[in-house]
Amino acid sequence: MVGKLDDYLRFNEAALSLRSQRQSVLASNIANGDTPNYKARDIDFSSAMQAALDKASPSANATLKTTASKHYPNPLQDGTTMADGTPLLYRGVVQGAVDGNTVDMDVERNQFADNAIRYEAGITAINAQIKTMMAAIQGGS
Amino acid sequence: MSLFNIFNVSGSAMSAQAQRLNVVASNLANADSATSASGEAYRARQVVFEATTPTDGGASTGVRVKQVVEDQSPMKQMYDPKHPMADDKGYVTMPNVNVVDEMVNMLSASRSYQTNVETMNAAKTLLLKTLTIGQ
Repeated sequence: MVGKLDDYLRFNEAALSLRSQRQSVLASNIANGDTPNYKARDIDFSSAMQAALDKASPSANATLKTTASKHYPNPLQDGTTMADGTPLLYRGVVQGAVDGNTVDMDVERNQFADNAIRYEAGITAINAQIKTMMAAIQGGS
Repeated sequence: MSLFNIFNVSGSAMSAQAQRLNVVASNLANADSATSASGEAYRARQVVFEATTPTDGGASTGVRVKQVVEDQSPMKQMYDPKHPMADDKGYVTMPNVNVVDEMVNMLSASRSYQTNVETMNAAKTLLLKTLTIGQ
């Protein structure tokens, strides 16, 4: 029964987790708007969401065990992926800057606000799911 | 929980921008200081920003002031034979502070600071909203 509740909430949980990670990446871009040579990063939400849902099934969740200090960590911690394996991509440059910074503040602010709204939408959805389940449990009494 | 890391990221940017604003303030305040503790005219200072190493599994990158460098552009020469610091030809070495540059720097620092405050407020709203799940 508890496993079924987990499955029921898993989709929105994965979405909220990815949304909060993306919010953090976008906040980093905004924070580094004046840093020379900083390259704006972002994640591809739909493919990351697909990967998170595939990973949610236990059989696909196999990782290499590292037993010595010279073993490569899994996933690679070289700044190309996040801890959960989501690839961190570079944002395409529309207008380059002389200091090598690729943060376009309009794009970042826009995406930040968009992502925040979608995060709140995710919370609304998960609240609705909980309400539905509570109604089923209490049997309309 | 990566939303909490936004406070660290935006906070680091706010303190870096505040330090930049501080440097602008001392440059503007000393725009006419013909002498200083070293006995020479004041040299303009500039901050150098650097992205910190990513934390939170690569998602969060803050910013910090790597160093404060002295502006190496030539000093201004002002002709004023009555000035106590004047050389034998009557020229006084004045600071190389470019007031227009400093005003632009000030506006940029203050706008970036505001943006990061808004970022932090948005993260706070989201976290408070998250706490209402299941209520």
